[in-house]
Amino acid sequence: MVGIVGYGAYVPIYRIKSSTIANQWGGDPVSIEKGLMLIEKTVPGPDEDTITIAIAAAKNALKRARIAPQKIGAVYIGSESHPYAVKPSGTVLIDALGIGPDVHVADFEFACKAGSEAMFVAYSHVKSGEMEYAMGIGADTSQGAPSDALEYSASAGGSAFIFGRENVVAEVLYTHSYTTDTADFWRREYQMYPRHGGRFTGEPAYFKHILGCGRALLEKSGLKPDDFKYAVFHMPNGRFPLKAGKELGFKQEQMNEGWIVNIMGNTYSGSSITGLTAILDVAKPGDKIFMVSFGSGAGSDGFVFQVTEKILEVQNLAPKTREMLNTPQKVYLDYGKYVAYRKKIHFNEY
Amino acid sequence: MREVAIIGVGMTKFGELWEQSIRDMFAEAGLKAMENAKVEKIDALYVGAMSSGLYAYQEHLGSLMVDYLGQIGVPAVRVESACASGGQAVRMGYLDVASGMHEIVLVGGVEKMWDVDDGTFVLATAADQEYEVYNGVTFPGLYAMMARAYMERYGLTREELAQVPIKNHKHAVNNPNAQYPFEIDLKQVLNSSMVADPLRLLDCSPITDGAACLILCPLDRVKEFTDKFVKIIGVGAASGPIALHDHKDLTRIEAVNLAAERAYKMAGVGPDDIDFVEVHDCFSIAEILVAEELGFFEYGTAGKAIAEGQATYGGKIVINPSGGLKAKGHPVGATGVAQLVEAYYQLTFQAGKRQVPNARLGMTQNMGGSGGSCVVHILEGM
Amino acid sequence: MANSQRYTREIPHRYRLEAQKFTSGFVSLPHRYCDPISGKKEYEKITLSGTGKILSYTIIHVSSDQFKLLTPYAVAIIETDEGARVTAMITDTKFDDLKIGARVEFVFRKIMEEGPSGIINYGYKAKVIS
Repeated sequence: MVGIVGYGAYVPIYRIKSSTIANQWGGDPVSIEKGLMLIEKTVPGPDEDTITIAIAAAKNALKRARIAPQKIGAVYIGSESHPYAVKPSGTVLIDALGIGPDVHVADFEFACKAGSEAMFVAYSHVKSGEMEYAMGIGADTSQGAPSDALEYSASAGGSAFIFGRENVVAEVLYTHSYTTDTADFWRREYQMYPRHGGRFTGEPAYFKHILGCGRALLEKSGLKPDDFKYAVFHMPNGRFPLKAGKELGFKQEQMNEGWIVNIMGNTYSGSSITGLTAILDVAKPGDKIFMVSFGSGAGSDGFVFQVTEKILEVQNLAPKTREMLNTPQKVYLDYGKYVAYRKKIHFNEY
Repeated sequence: MREVAIIGVGMTKFGELWEQSIRDMFAEAGLKAMENAKVEKIDALYVGAMSSGLYAYQEHLGSLMVDYLGQIGVPAVRVESACASGGQAVRMGYLDVASGMHEIVLVGGVEKMWDVDDGTFVLATAADQEYEVYNGVTFPGLYAMMARAYMERYGLTREELAQVPIKNHKHAVNNPNAQYPFEIDLKQVLNSSMVADPLRLLDCSPITDGAACLILCPLDRVKEFTDKFVKIIGVGAASGPIALHDHKDLTRIEAVNLAAERAYKMAGVGPDDIDFVEVHDCFSIAEILVAEELGFFEYGTAGKAIAEGQATYGGKIVINPSGGLKAKGHPVGATGVAQLVEAYYQLTFQAGKRQVPNARLGMTQNMGGSGGSCVVHILEGM
Repeated sequence: MANSQRYTREIPHRYRLEAQKFTSGFVSLPHRYCDPISGKKEYEKITLSGTGKILSYTIIHVSSDQFKLLTPYAVAIIETDEGARVTAMITDTKFDDLKIGARVEFVFRKIMEEGPSGIINYGYKAKVIS
């Protein structure tokens, strides 16, 4: 049996409400909340970045996995906001956690599915017998251009998954990936903000790949939507994942637990996979989970998980995702503080 | 070891000296001191400066200063001990003369602080770079943490703490070399901008340019030069940990206590014999902590005592008749030497309107960082 | 400010809280050859658990340039549960929750950037836990 032996998530304590952003740009807060189904999103603190978020998530994963960090043979961090253009995020993480130096490290990138692909590769190393344990992480502090639609959703957070063969809490039953060259959303080098194709990001990009991957995964597994307790999809806004899920044949109740975008925003490489952690926090032995990510460019990674009895031993060993999202410690920012934290304004250089 | 006297002093005005460079200021002070002592040749030179490299991009001050004083050839070296650089330079000069190695030694201190924009960064080099400053603490921040610990333990109030700079400014009114020779009141202190809670701008000594010099001479030769001289009867120095967090008790500066003990022992006197003391009030709280370490007040009581007037004329002892670092100014490397310049003026009755009556024994206390080093001198008027 | 050379050698202490417990009882986070009080050289390697209490703190309003954008921020002197003394910046904590004696835990955060093109410095900060 190969699967997840430890999982963990992390979101910062800062938030900004969609209505705050709407009021800044003269948008209508009510229709934003109804249309995009977003209430508030997470914002990274001035001393946080993808690396510190990945490390916090990985620490939680290690708490649940209960293995010596040295046993991990590979670490992959997927993000579209790696702090350096050239110098890996993964190397800081392994030194912070005491993993290695006999370890393989690589940073991954593929818009919002960089996390799920890191998981896929980590899982594959363990499945092939190459390694005892491997970790895949997705984390982001994504940027939305001021007054652009993406500003309502681009948020910060991440999740980490350690794969292994012993004490598996969620077995990987099937995987499938579906990829084409579709430039629905991109960012050129030296540009600060990404650009996107408006409605082109819908049908021809998001839905084509989620449905393409989802259908193939269902066929491969021989399972039907009703066989699953939970389903989670990439969440660029509140509406898309629910629509995609319904088209694949899933019901609202199956998608509720993983649907955290309305209070988290879109953490890009951390999106569907953090939804997965919210599910794992409450899942029961025997539950099947269906997850399909999406990354612009474009592609989807799909996973079918089956939860084992071991899940009950680990759920309480680290902070739970919805607890972090709803923490009484959260701090709401006004728009000025938000752009200062996100460095969207020019500061003097020293 | 033979006895050592100060036979002359010289200092620049302390303040924002835009027209003068680091070498200009030291030359002015040094030449003034030599003239005051009536010497034309010196045998050695010690110059104290905390950070001439970061402030003025200039190291090798020993060579630079003998050059600009017209004394090329004599042995010369820069002494560094953060804010105690000046006091330590005096101590080195003292040892040089006391040992019999040299006769007429010039010791001085200088700092050119207004040539840089980020002074906070340079001052922080007195602290632990890797484990204090790296984590965001500033020099005022260190003393602020000592202040908070002291205030919580002993119940010192914010208003009482403010009495230290108020008193020092009052003293500085009569000091022609002071940077801020004017009074301030409680409202001004409490309304000044916050630097590191609870320390506000008027709790902190200023950024200052300046230089101060002394001429040291063996006691048995002073008559060749002057009849206005002062004897150094006690010298004590000590070190403490580099980081404030390694002080066992955050309200204690052990190095000051140790240095004072050593100086008192050498001089054969105690706190009750001292008529005035120039202390290192880099921040208001520092004067309170130091006054206790020097033995003038019981631990936990100096704050209230100073607020009640025990540290000014007519009180138990006059602390900082010059105005202290706060009102006279604090050109870091020069401060330790300037304290002895003040002691010299007081003990030779040349202190004008700020003269401490019947001054016979004076003390100076100079320290570096958050108590990483301390030098205490005890002087006797003749 | 720390360039790569100065920065890299401090990683075991700043990233993983690797410390030394000397036979005299002195616990040091930065690497030392001997303990500062007795001069003794014998020690065992320990890793700090990352929890402790505040001995004193302040709120910095005037900082050096590299921390200017964070002001006002709090720093504290902390005694860890193992007895190590550490100075750390406080993060994710309301100023009202700062007290002498408050319990804290260390988190891994960005300390500063060496300008727009230099390396990013990471290390420990502390946050008050209720």
